[in-house]
Formats: sequence, structure tokens, C-alpha cells
Amino acid sequence: MNELINYTLQLADNSLILGHRNSEWTGHGPILEQDIAISNIVLDLIGQARNFYQYAAVLINNSTNQQFNQSTTEDTLAYLRNENEFKNCLLVEQPNGDWAKTILRQFFFSAYQFYLYQHLQNSNDETIAAIAEKSLKEVTYHLRWSSEWIIRLGDGTEESNSRMQKAIDDLWMYTDEFFEASSYELFAANEGFGAGVSLLKKDWMKKVKDVFDEATLSVPAELKQQIKWFGKEGKHSEHLGYILTEMQFLQREYPNSIW
Amino acid sequence: MHNQEEEKIFLDKIDKEIKIEPKDWMPEQYRKTLIRQISQHAHSEIVGMLPEANWITRAPSLRRKATLIAKVQDEAGHGLYLYSAAETMNISRDEMIEQLHSGKAKYSSIFNYPTLSWADMGAIGWLVDGAAIMNQVPLCRCSYGPYARAMIRICKEESFHQRQGFEILLTLSKGSEAQKQMAQDSINRWWWPSIMMFGPNDDASPHSKQSMAWKIKRFSNDELRQKFIDVCAEQVKILGLTLPDEKLKWNEERKHYDFGEINWEEFWNVVNGNGPCNKERLAARVKAHEDGAWVREAAAAHAKKNPRPLKGRLATV
Ligand SMILES: [Fe+2]
Ligand SMILES: [Fe+2]
Repeated sequence: MNELINYTLQLADNSLILGHRNSEWTGHGPILEQDIAISNIVLDLIGQARNFYQYAAVLINNSTNQQFNQSTTEDTLAYLRNENEFKNCLLVEQPNGDWAKTILRQFFFSAYQFYLYQHLQNSNDETIAAIAEKSLKEVTYHLRWSSEWIIRLGDGTEESNSRMQKAIDDLWMYTDEFFEASSYELFAANEGFGAGVSLLKKDWMKKVKDVFDEATLSVPAELKQQIKWFGKEGKHSEHLGYILTEMQFLQREYPNSIW
Repeated sequence: MHNQEEEKIFLDKIDKEIKIEPKDWMPEQYRKTLIRQISQHAHSEIVGMLPEANWITRAPSLRRKATLIAKVQDEAGHGLYLYSAAETMNISRDEMIEQLHSGKAKYSSIFNYPTLSWADMGAIGWLVDGAAIMNQVPLCRCSYGPYARAMIRICKEESFHQRQGFEILLTLSKGSEAQKQMAQDSINRWWWPSIMMFGPNDDASPHSKQSMAWKIKRFSNDELRQKFIDVCAEQVKILGLTLPDEKLKWNEERKHYDFGEINWEEFWNVVNGNGPCNKERLAARVKAHEDGAWVREAAAAHAKKNPRPLKGRLATV
């Protein structure tokens, strides 16, 4: 049961934290149309997070294992857990940087999410399968949108190409985490409600390679993270603390209030 | 040669409530007035995204976060419709944005006030979007077709924003003492700037008379302001809160609320660049634009190299 809860929370946390980061662009985008586009993606991601949190809340509330408080809601999960309880991967909490870095972060994540959710559609957990199926349409669009931007920027001007390349240098090291299973992911894959993440790597690499090729960007050598420092196990970068401090401030400052 | 014939056709259309369309002949001053008004309106939508975007990352629940983002995004959409409407009068979006950034074009002064608490998301929706609706509903009948049509789409969304804002305040007003105070404090700060949104008193409003004659404007500033005050004075009772005006009082004879003196000195000060956030707001827009320059250049360079749009080629995804 705990593994199912953790697995669901991880799916929620990834979407929420990336959505939160992207939302820092709202009102500040490089082109009005793209301000709207990235805000749309934010809304999709927050919608996914809410679906998974709501499910996790049901699981927690029904759980006979009372290590969690009763009456958990989507908001207590998002706003009242601490840093080390968040299970998102390190990639999604990285700062926005310039448009190239934001686009690349989105592309890496959407490509991962695309193959992951294809598997999760067939999860033996009906709720996870249903949310994955519903979200896959959105993710397909996110992947296309971010791929197009990678290509535009990679094969645009000299400056945009070098900014893309710099973004790759910055973010590549975080992608390995996608494919290294945590204990609850291993359990989930064995039980059939989750996907075997190491199996997603081949498709993901091919996608990245195809898009990078068209973008005239070079694909870095495969990187194996030397030290296992994984957000999915609650070990984060310094960035997450600031994200949560900002995001959770009202709920923490005025406990038990209705907003 | 502009002949009287054309002017007569134009005035005739105005008279008969037939919309003026981009290809129609129109007086130069009509065109100028509309460009000024529509672009100012578009800029207000875009600058207006900033004070609310300021609370997106701090929104207190996931539902509130999503609706706030959707709202700010709606404002971006309004900006787009309006820039397009103005472009029908032979001015480009780039030119308009340049005018905003150089300070030549104005935007609504209300957005030069800071958003200091979550309750401001409520007060802005209720009062600022509310005042905007009061101003904009008559613009749905504006004599210039593209502007009128843009306003119809916009007004639908604005009334949704207003209800949403009111609901935020209502929730706070039913909440803890601290939340109630947060709501009252916010109304106290936003009330006067909101009623200034209708512009100077009629006798001090230079462009109004001609605009009314051309049916760009339908009601005077003071008429609209009075209407807005009458509505808000009633709605605030539902919140169990008050408007910060000791002179606010129902006048049975006039069938309107009387209200206190507006601080026009503050109004003109903010218009002229000395409001609490004028510099920050403009700087944020200029920064977004400048930081985005390389992105726009790259997109243009790529499109030039690849005349086939990307969408078709990536259909496999
Ligand atoms: Fe608007
Ligand atoms: Fe609005």
C-alpha cells in the first residue's frame, strides 16, 4: 500500500514542481503567444498533479496503516509535506534559466512522461491507468511543442544554438535519474501498477537523438550518475526548499484555513 | 483627396449604427483616437498580467493556483485580440510595443499599484475587472467593428474574472479573523484606485466629447463611475466588509450613492509615472521583451531556412 501511495505521489510531485517552475514564466514569456502556450502546459501539469494527489489522498485516508494523518487532501499533500517527503526528480526543480533551458527541461521531461504514461495506461491500477490515458493527450502536445522549440532554437541562429548546447550541458546529468528505479518503482513494476523505468530508456534516447539531430545539436555521451542522489527518494537539490517555502507560505502561515 | 461625400457616408453609418470596418474611409482623427485607445487597452491587458502573476507561485491551494494562472492567461489572450484589432488600422504590434516601452503609450494606471496579499487577487477580480467591465460593456457597441467584436469576446471572460475575484473575497470574509482582515485591507487599498479607473471627471476629460459623437464611447466617465459605485456599495454588504469612504451614503433623491472626493492629485501622479510600481512594471515588460529578443530572432531565422512549418514534419510524435 505504501508503495502505491509513494508511486502516486511521485507522479503528482513531478507534475506539480515542473508546473510551478514553468508558471514563473507566466507574464514574462519571450512572445505573447508562447506566454500563453507555456501557461497552458502549466495548467495541464497542475491538472495531472491534482488528479494524482486526489487519488493518493483517497489511498491514504482509506489506509488502515495510520502513519499518515486522517483527512488528507490534495492540498495537504502539496502544501504541508516537507522537502524530504517530495519525490519529484531533480530535473523538474532546476531553475528556469533562459528560454532554451526551460524548453529543454520540458522536452526531457515530456519525452520521459510520454513513454512512461504509455505504459501506465495499462497499469493494473485502474485509477492510475485512467489518469495516464487522459494525460497522454496533453503530454503528446507538450512533447511536440517542446520538440519544435528545440529544433527552432538548435537550428535557428548561432546564439540560439549555443544557448541550447549550454542548456544541454547543464541539464543532461539529471536525466539519468528517470531510468534508475527507486524501491517503490521496483515494487510498482513487479506488481504491475507501475512501469519498469529502465525499460523506457531506449525509446527516450531515440527520441532525444532524433530531435537533436534535426536541431543540429549534439547528443552527449550517456552519463551514469556516479553518486546516487535522487529526488525520487527525497534527496533534493537546494532549489526545492525555496520552491516549497514560496509555494507553501500561506498554508503554513495560516494553518487550517479555507482558501 | 478626401471629399465631403466620404465623410458624409462615414457619419451616416455612425448615425445608423452601422459598424465602420477597416477598409472604410474614416477621418484621420477617428483612426488616431482608436489606435490610441485600443493599443492602450491592449497594453493594459499585458501589463495587467504582472500584479497577478506576482501571486501565482504563492497561491494558497491547487485550485486557486490553476484558476489564477488561467485568469492571467486570459489577459494575455485579451492583449492578443486587441493588438490584432489595432493592427487593422495599419499599425504593427511591434510599433505598439515600442511605444509602450518608450513610455509614449500609456496603460491603465491601476496596474501601478502593488499586490501585497493573497486577498488582492480577490479585490483585483472584483473591483478592477469589475470596473473594466463597466467600461467595456458599452464598447461592445463601439462604432469600429473589429474593436467591438474583440470586446464581446473579452467581456465574457471579464465577468467570469469578476465573479471569481468576488468568490475569493467571500471565502476570506467567512474565514478566520486574520483572513477577514486581509480582505478588508485589500479592499481599502484597491477601492480608490479602482474608481479612478473611469478617468478624470467629465469636465476634465479632453477626448470624451468627440469620442461620444463618434460612438466610440457611449457613456461619460462620471456616469460609469457612479454606476460602478452603486453596484459595489451593495455587493460589499454581502461580504460583510466596508468600502473605505465615510461619505458613501445612499441618496434617495438622486437614487444613487453619494461618495467622497477623489484624490486627483494621486491619480495624475500615478499617470505621470510616480505610482508605487510604475518603474517595476515597465521594467518587467522591457526585460521580458529584451530577454526574448534572441528567441524571436531564432524563430525567424529557422522559419526562413525551413519554409515548411514544423507541425507537419513532426506529426510522428
Ligand atoms: Fe482582460
Ligand atoms: Fe480580466
